[in-house]
Amino acid sequence: MTYKRPKADAVIVGLGWAGSLMAEELTRAGLDVVVIERGPYEVTHRNFPPSVAADELRYGARREALRPPSVQTLTFRNHRSQTALPGRDLSNWVVGYSVGGAGKHWSANAWRFTPADFTMATRVKERYPHMQLPEGLIVQDWGVTYDELEPHYDRWEKIAGISGKAGVLNGALQPGGNPFEGSRSAEYPTPPLERSRWNDLFHATTEKMGLHPFPIPAGTLGAAYTNPLGINLAPCTYCGFCGFYGCGNWSKSSPNACVIPALMTRKNFTLLTECTVLKAEKAADGKTVTGVTFIDSDRNIGFQPADIVIFAAFQFDNVRLMLLSQIGTPYDPATRTGTIGRAYNFQTMSYGFLYFENEYMNPFISTGALATQVDDYNGDNFDHSDLGFIGGAGILALSDQATPMGMTDRVPAGTKLWGSEWKKAFQHSYQNYAKIQGQGTSYAHAESYLSLDPNYTDDNGQPLLRMTFEFNENDRRMARFVRDRIADICRQSGAKTWEAMAFPDQPFSPTRAYDSGHTIGGTAMGLDPATSALNRYQQSWDAHNLFVIGASSFPNNAGYNPTGTLSALTLWTAKAIINDYLRQPGLLTR
Amino acid sequence: MNRREALFSLGTIAASLAVAPGLGAVELKGVPHDTQLSDDHMPQPAIRSGGFLVLSEAERRTLGALYDRLLPADEYGPSATEAGCLEFIDSQLAGHYGAGKALYLEGPIRPESELQLMGTAQFLASPLERYRSGLAALEAYAQRVDGQHLADLPAERIDALLGEMEAGRLDLGQAINSKGLFELLLQNVREGYLADPMYGGNRNMAGWKMIGFPGARYDYRPYIDRRGENLRLIPVSLIPAD
Repeated sequence: MTYKRPKADAVIVGLGWAGSLMAEELTRAGLDVVVIERGPYEVTHRNFPPSVAADELRYGARREALRPPSVQTLTFRNHRSQTALPGRDLSNWVVGYSVGGAGKHWSANAWRFTPADFTMATRVKERYPHMQLPEGLIVQDWGVTYDELEPHYDRWEKIAGISGKAGVLNGALQPGGNPFEGSRSAEYPTPPLERSRWNDLFHATTEKMGLHPFPIPAGTLGAAYTNPLGINLAPCTYCGFCGFYGCGNWSKSSPNACVIPALMTRKNFTLLTECTVLKAEKAADGKTVTGVTFIDSDRNIGFQPADIVIFAAFQFDNVRLMLLSQIGTPYDPATRTGTIGRAYNFQTMSYGFLYFENEYMNPFISTGALATQVDDYNGDNFDHSDLGFIGGAGILALSDQATPMGMTDRVPAGTKLWGSEWKKAFQHSYQNYAKIQGQGTSYAHAESYLSLDPNYTDDNGQPLLRMTFEFNENDRRMARFVRDRIADICRQSGAKTWEAMAFPDQPFSPTRAYDSGHTIGGTAMGLDPATSALNRYQQSWDAHNLFVIGASSFPNNAGYNPTGTLSALTLWTAKAIINDYLRQPGLLTR
Repeated sequence: MNRREALFSLGTIAASLAVAPGLGAVELKGVPHDTQLSDDHMPQPAIRSGGFLVLSEAERRTLGALYDRLLPADEYGPSATEAGCLEFIDSQLAGHYGAGKALYLEGPIRPESELQLMGTAQFLASPLERYRSGLAALEAYAQRVDGQHLADLPAERIDALLGEMEAGRLDLGQAINSKGLFELLLQNVREGYLADPMYGGNRNMAGWKMIGFPGARYDYRPYIDRRGENLRLIPVSLIPAD
């Protein structure tokens, strides 16, 4: 059975951070907005209060807050000569599956990117004119600058109640913050979190080394707070059930806590849950789209007409929806033409795993974003002239591992993983283990891309997305450099034993423990329709009433978590729609 | 949870919402006023029937012998079976986990490249099927090679078998990936030892006491300033221990 719904001014696919922020802007501007969300309606008090959320088996091990692979997964290969295979079980692909999207279960590391991250192509030309980048590396400007995004970062931080300490306020250095950050127009809305024992040790060690430690911006709130939408949020209690969990306390920033309660009060807002959008429909003129087709929970097919269509799904799904809707030209790695699926990038990780003696780290006192970081080796904060790579990493002491099942393999290398030997080692490590994460930049490469899989389908019979990805030489060199800086810190930290590693030293696979879930790009924004799927307003070059918002727009990833930037970009795009597009529909780059 | 189940679970709130009549999507307009806990978000504790749901007595004997070598009784805490890990896994295998409801199980599978690409071996069988076939293959191996039940083998012999499985060297026949089976057993026995006691394992919170994990506590603000201190917090479960 098929049916057609009443026309909306705008239809938004997905109610995560991007979708909810866009809906908030558009409904406040008076538009009639329909959001179509694949998962069910979920709010704190009904679905994950403290009496339910503190359950590691259910959410940490079985990952019930995520979309299960049985509903939709993707296929993977390292090189295009291989046949891609589907991810069947849990992996590092962590996609949300309810109202709130990945913003419900995220670990709330709430960053801005540095100004250089948006303009690396220009930056390399100016600062490193003689640098030889590896063949095939894709480095291109975003078409939007940090200064343009700053007011939108600020707005998002205020909606989310982000905790932190400014390092650069209106151009002036501030003690205690990150001296390398782009200038901020305001302090964080809530104060920084208290430091953990491990944060303290790292802070003292790196400060002694002449580095510049600071508390990272966290969506786990530093104080009780009322956001600009009138929603009351609570101070974080450091419970440790954070990443992979919905927060039962109203103290982790999420669409569910910070935006959706306000949205639901608006008469011009309609939410369809349990409906999977299959594709956007192209208009006869070929220059616009007419709405989206979806399958509802009775498995009937609905059509939602709208003047404006906004894809705000997870990064994978935005790219897949573009391919399924046949909008734009799919990327072809053989000819290196086409833009949909091109410029896929990731997050290049390095780690230090440290084991102390006679410590009480009390790791259960934790949030997903309880961390002290140094940015001395992030982005372009240091001179790359003789290094042979661009990029870097935020290096942080992360107190985010709180619950025991997730720590069972954290025993010194070479320890037997079972029997009394393991029990003894685990008992010791639980209070003595610590980790340093190098969360590194990622640049896209001509051979890493997203496309539709020819062999495997989802539960609706549509092709799965296929990922072809391997670390490139630039990012490998960067990660090794960062690994060595982490090793320097480990050496000075007082740990009894430690190991430092660069993940690109092994081929990428989607199940490697501790790897990132930050999967980025595929519908890059930019200034040139030959190399970007979207213009600088995240508007499709090929259908001007289609906007695609999310980390899918980033042509490269910074050494930070993506949520703050995708949220700021969403608000930037919302402003362009409201202030410009509504008056004169058409390409905003006219 | 799949779509149909999600729809049924929404039925309770849908009654208080504006629902498009007849054919159509689940439509929400306005703030849902329902504040009670959602049934489908309540945890599903282990069923305490006093019996087992899926594992036979023979399977439990074999599995208990393996589990108790992976986590033996010692100065750090009770053995896996003493901590309730058999009750835990039986309950897990009887439910969605055992049925592999979250897994993508469409073929074809390509064993020759699964490990290389995906980082771990991949399976089309559900966890319950893997337990059934794996335990049967191990018992058959013990009878064939050692001439007795696996559960009757001395601890050192079971340790040796587990070590061979861990290294991927134990040949249990074409159908069984012994390394994958070892990893499944180890993952599950640790889960049984460390999950909330409501799931049948971690009896008396012995696993949490071993390492000093305070369990389902929800507010550490009074302790954050006591850095580096042995806090000696008494663990708590989501439900009262019996």
